[in-house]
Order: sequence, then structure tokens, then C-alpha cells
Amino acid sequence: MTVRIKTDGLAKSYRIKHASKATRFSEQLMRFAKNPIAALRGTKETSEEFWAVRDVSFEITDGEVIGVIGRNGAGKSTLLKLLSRITDPTRGRIELNGRVASLLEVGTGFHPELTGRENIFLNGAILGMSRAEIRRKFDEIVDFAEIDRFLDTPVKRYSSGMYVRLAFAVAAHLEPEILIVDEVLAVGDAQFQKKCIGKMNSVAEGGRTVLFVSHQMGAVSQLCTRCLYMKSGELVADGETQEIIETYLSDGTGETRVLNRSRKDAGSTTPVWIKNLSTRNEASQPISSFAHDEKIVMEMDFESTAPVLPRGLAISICLQDTLNRRVFTDYRIVDRLIATDPYHIKIALPEGIIAPGNYSFIVSLHTFQSEVFDRLERVCEFSVVDNGTRMSMFRAGDTGCLLADCEWSLPESIVKKEAA
Amino acid sequence: MEHKIVIEAGTGSRQYWIDIIRFRELFYFLAWRDVLVRYKQTVVGVAWAVIRPLLMMIVFSVVFGQLAKLPSDGIPYPILVFAALLPWQFFASALSESSNSLVGNANLVSKIYFPRLVLPTSSVIVAFVDFVISFSILLGLMTWYGFYPTARIFCLPLFIGLAFIAALGPGLLVAALNVRFRDFRYVIPFVVQMGLYVSPVGFQSSVVPEKWRLLYSMNPMVGVIDGFRWAICGNTELYLPGFLLSLSFVAIMLIAGLAFFRKTERTFADVI
Repeated sequence: MTVRIKTDGLAKSYRIKHASKATRFSEQLMRFAKNPIAALRGTKETSEEFWAVRDVSFEITDGEVIGVIGRNGAGKSTLLKLLSRITDPTRGRIELNGRVASLLEVGTGFHPELTGRENIFLNGAILGMSRAEIRRKFDEIVDFAEIDRFLDTPVKRYSSGMYVRLAFAVAAHLEPEILIVDEVLAVGDAQFQKKCIGKMNSVAEGGRTVLFVSHQMGAVSQLCTRCLYMKSGELVADGETQEIIETYLSDGTGETRVLNRSRKDAGSTTPVWIKNLSTRNEASQPISSFAHDEKIVMEMDFESTAPVLPRGLAISICLQDTLNRRVFTDYRIVDRLIATDPYHIKIALPEGIIAPGNYSFIVSLHTFQSEVFDRLERVCEFSVVDNGTRMSMFRAGDTGCLLADCEWSLPESIVKKEAA
Repeated sequence: MEHKIVIEAGTGSRQYWIDIIRFRELFYFLAWRDVLVRYKQTVVGVAWAVIRPLLMMIVFSVVFGQLAKLPSDGIPYPILVFAALLPWQFFASALSESSNSLVGNANLVSKIYFPRLVLPTSSVIVAFVDFVISFSILLGLMTWYGFYPTARIFCLPLFIGLAFIAALGPGLLVAALNVRFRDFRYVIPFVVQMGLYVSPVGFQSSVVPEKWRLLYSMNPMVGVIDGFRWAICGNTELYLPGFLLSLSFVAIMLIAGLAFFRKTERTFADVI
């Protein structure tokens, strides 16, 4: 095992200037004229140092596929830029062992006026391939991109799908020892994405090191064996993919997702009303983003002013998606309410059947004589994140709201035997 | 391992010049791209490289030769003008291409690593292609006037090289400055426009009074143009002190440009 990438206390700072921003030459001259000493000393009254990446140390060996995850602005892209040598570190040290190819954007250096054929050569050279290498792989690239009919058309006349396919095809045929990829799978249609994931998998199987930034947990958990979790510039966790993804997801956004209401919100004449609502994980932490195989629990407090309700109370919840399609409804009947203390109830949703996506609830307290005491719509919004479902490669398409694991009977003659 | 790279804060890569050799293919491809794209979607295409200098030559010959009646030492005035127009056009377009090369390829600079020096140098190639094409006009003019060059013509590649360096020095400097201060985008066209009249394109530098001649030679293009006339026209003599002064200014500009470029290069991706 050779160490391919090694970083040691890697850090990058940017200077953010506020208000008095002098990027024009004339402005710098003006400042010099006003206060030559300060200008020469480089004193900038209103600049602030911002550490995009700080003290990141890790080691990556041969054939590892590493996912880099984290929220927007966590420093993932800066880290990739440092590793691909686009920008210089402010502190620390990087050791790279092998050819590095980085794919931070699909189609960097494509020229709209040039034809597909010309752009394959140009883009290949930009990504670090030699002319002989491109020539050798040319047919394969054209095949992968499915653009053979338009090979001699300027790419400015391509549809955006064709453009992206061609760009990815060139990049996919790179053969560096270290491949650095930033969120490029977020483009193209479902079929093409599937192809890309397949290609990336085979790159990794070839023993090459891949570093992969993505917000799609499905793709990350399919591809990567190890994950780095970045948070405000720091590397907060490094380890086995599933574990890190879980850490990432449960690391809430900071705001608590608990809906609190007062009596007035419910209307003061109602005898029962919902006091607060929240979605929680198994450990009862209020969060709003769950992995698809994680337990989702809704917790509710409700209060009653009248000790006895003559006709029984129904508590019902209905799950709906962002298009207000209803996924399911469930309810329970309460026969009697004894005290005026708040009642606390927990509703655990069935595990692993809600497909990745965004959802909310309709919660209602009512009788079966359609007398509604309290009703809340589109509350407790939460999202289910793909943590490696069978459907994760069809992310672009609508595959419904439920994950149904059906039982299939297929003739053995038409199914490829699963490799052990 | 053959490709071992260590990056440390503040030092950058220690193998810059090895990298340049490693990225020579990128150099070819960028130059090839610029040449291909240059006259795309134009009707007369490459003919523009002939038409522009031809028209300019006619105007200059009429204005300076016929109207102002400046001396030509028996050389057909169009040839005299064209021998200067060739290097001037080359210099002017090489300078503007290279000074815009970084900003014009900002997406490459911010997304891909390569020695940044590849960009301004490869963009000069486009200017060179135009130069070669318009050189054919000179051959045409010489046949038309029955004017044949002496053996000095074999020195021409030397002066072409000089013109290349004369453009590259300030080109590198301005390209690097342009990344931070976009003002230079407006400065260069102005310099080029003015330089055409300040440099001895429409007249011979011997027209300049003797006492001002040395000062006049501080313009690097004076040396280059005089060299071209000396090699092509044959009978004018080089004003040696002036030529050497031009030469040293060319060298100073190249060193300054290269030093500044290398010094600021590592911050390009952050600033652009």
C-alpha cells in the first residue's frame, strides 16, 4: 500500500475586505496618495481573515474511494482546490504521490466555437492527457458520450445534455493515479448518472485513488468506503462511510425543529389543542433530516381544558410530500381525558419505507362527527436522505414516495448470477 | 514514484520548470485552439490577416511617402512601410493577446492546475500565425517592385525572436496585473494605437534628429523595426548605440515581466 495523498496541518485563509475595497489601480493609487505610510505598510483597516480550511490532516492510500461531505461553505471545494494545486495553502503541507487529475467542473475549457471532435482533444489536454492517449481512447469517449452523429458540430449548438455527456466522457477516460471529483454527478439524466456511477466504480476498482465531493448521500454511500466530514473548515470526522453519514445527518442545522404553540394559536374556545410537535430520531433528538433507514418519531404534546369529552377524540396524522400528495394517514382514538395536564404521545413511523424526499404532516384533533378541534397543515417538515437505496441512481426521476421491496420471481436463465 | 509532488505553504511547487515541459502539450493545444477559433464564423476568414496590413500599408505609403514626402533612400515606400508594419502588427497583437490571456481564460485558471506561464506564451502563437500569413504580402510586393533582398534576410529569424521577446515581457507583466487590476484592459489598446505612430512604422528612424535618436531608441520596438528594415531592405545601416539600448530595454522588460508573473502567479486563482 502506497500513501497517495498526505496532508499535514493544511490551512487556507482568505482576506475578506469590507467596505473600502480597492481592486482598481486608481483606488490603490488614491489610497497611496492619501496615506502613503499606511498604504506601504499594507495596513488595511477593514479586512478580515477568513479560514476556509484549517488544520486538516489525513492520509489516503492506494485504491481508496473517499467521499468528502459537509454543508455548503464547509471548505470542501477549497480542500479540493488545494489538493489539485490550483491554489496554494497558507499553512501546512501536501504530499501527492502520482499523477493528479481534477474534475472540479464539467467541461472546463470547452470552447463553444469548436466541434465535438476538437473539444475532445482540447479538453483532454487540459485535463492532462497526452495526444497519443486521447487518440487511443477517442472512440471509447465518443461511444460513452453517445454523440457520434454530432462529432463535427460546434458544441455551442449542442443541447445541454449532450454537452454534459461529452464533457463527462472525456473526464471519465482519464487515467491518473489520483482523481479528484467535485459534485459533477449532479448533472445529466438518470440513465447517464447510472452510467457515470458505474464508470467511477470501475475507476476505483482499477486501484486508483478517488476523492469525491457530493451532497448526494446515496451516491457517496454507493461509491465510497471512507468519508471525510468537513465543518466550517475543519475536518471533524474521518471514518467508515455509513458511520460518518449518520454523524453528518444527525448533526442538526442548529435550529431546533420543535413547533411551539400557545393556547391563542389554536383558538380560545377549543377544548383540546396541540401544544408542540417535533420529529425526532431514535435518541429523541429533534432533527429534520433523516437517513432512509433511520427511525422517524413524531412527538406531540396536547392539552385539554375539559376533563371529559363526550364523543371520544381522534388524533390523526397524515404524511404528505411537497406536491401535497398524501402518502398515508393513521389515527388513534382516545376515549377519555382525565387531567388538564399536557399529554405526551410518540408516533413512530414504519422504518425504511419512506422514500428519499421532503415531507410534512397534517396533524389533526377531531371527532368522527367531523368536529375539528385543532388542525395543523404542512407542519414538521423533514427530509429523508438517501443513504444508499436501490433507487439512488434514479435520483433525477420520480420513483414515488415509498420504498417497496417487492418479491420478484424471475426465470434464472435471464438473470446474471450475483458475484459473491 | 516518478510523480512525487510536495507542496508547502509559501514555496509552491519546486519543479515549476519541469512542469512546464510536462505541460507542453497543453501549450500546443491552447495555441491550436486560439488559431482555430480566431476566424470562425467570419466570411473571408484568414484573409483578414492579409487585408488589414495591406490597407494599412497603402494608407501609410500615401500619407508618409506621397504627401509628407519622407525620404526612402531609393527603396519603394510600400516595402519600407511593410517591413516595419510586419513586426509592429506582430508585436501589437502578441501584446494584446498575451495581456488578456489570463483574464480571458479565467475559468481554466480557477479550475485546473497548470503552470500559468503556458497561457500568455501560447497566445503569442496566434499573432505569429497572422505574421506568417501577412509575410506573403511582403513577398508579393518584392516581386512587384523587382526588389530583391540581400543575404541579410537570413538574419530575419533573429529579429522575429526579438519581436517575440519584446512583446512577451510587457505581455507577462500586464497579464499578471490584469488579474487584479482590470484597468489594463483599457490601457493596452491605447498603448498599441499610440505606439503605431510613435514607433518608426510610417517613416525611417533616421528621420529623427541625431540628438534625440538615443532617447528615441528607448522604445524597444525601435530596435526591432530597425532590425527588420536592416534585414529586408538591405541598404539602411543599423544605428548601433540605439539598437543596443533597445535591446537592453527588451531584456529588462522580459526579466521584470517574468519576475512579477512568477511572484504573483500563485495567487491568480484566488484573485481572478
